Amino acid sequence: MRSVVAVVAGLLFGAGLALSGMVDPAKVLGFLDITGAWDPSLGGVMAAAIPMTALFYYLGRRRGVSLSGSPLPEPPSKVIDARLIGGSIIFGIGWGLAGLCPGPAIADLALDGRVLPFVVAMAVGMILVKAIRRIPIIH
Amino acid sequence: MWHDIVLALAGGCLIGLAAGLFYLVNGRILGISGLAQSLLGRWPARASESVLFFAGLLVGALVLADPARSLALVPTPRLLFAGLLVGIGVRLANGCTSGHAVCGLARGARRSLAATAFFMASAALTVILVKVIGS
Repeated sequence: MRSVVAVVAGLLFGAGLALSGMVDPAKVLGFLDITGAWDPSLGGVMAAAIPMTALFYYLGRRRGVSLSGSPLPEPPSKVIDARLIGGSIIFGIGWGLAGLCPGPAIADLALDGRVLPFVVAMAVGMILVKAIRRIPIIH
Repeated sequence: MWHDIVLALAGGCLIGLAAGLFYLVNGRILGISGLAQSLLGRWPARASESVLFFAGLLVGALVLADPARSLALVPTPRLLFAGLLVGIGVRLANGCTSGHAVCGLARGARRSLAATAFFMASAALTVILVKVIGS
């Protein structure tokens, strides 16, 4: 059951990204360009996805355990630190430079191979942080 | 415009359904950056679920993408630099648009609200700066 749901979740997620236009970097940049010819339509993605997800989270919490029997994730941490904020700012700069965040970038591999340099660089960035996490200020 | 909003809402419903099922059935938070980085390095338990998810993601995008529309990507040097920043940023922040802005907000996480506010603001500001500097 878990494997089937993993595939189905992938299919739904990829289909949602494609249907909404999130896979198109130009559309994403138009959404982020609030001082120009702003295209607010992509706001609809979060407006629909958040309540839909929240409904399932509510059902899960009421049940107390997942349908496959594995425990549900721990409640989120409340710590807001420099690592979270700094990381978010760095991520936002990259997102604003290319119009790509991780999900659409990976989905775009199926649509246009020219996105590969972005995905490879993204993997390098992730590995880089892991490699230098011994530096106390970052960890 | 209305056409685009309806498509965005429909796409958002599918994304929410995906995140919801992954939580309710598999007991996991659907964060793309988290799933991706779990596959870099030694594979943890349940890595096969992440692989299956990404296989589905590629097929799902391919099936519903508009074949007439080609992607407008920025030039490769900027693509590389942006990708590097995204990888570093999401690893530090422990999440991206899916993990923080969808799943985190759906479960009322303060951390995710802060993360979403900062990456949205930073992305919007970057778009403005790129315009001012003239790419």
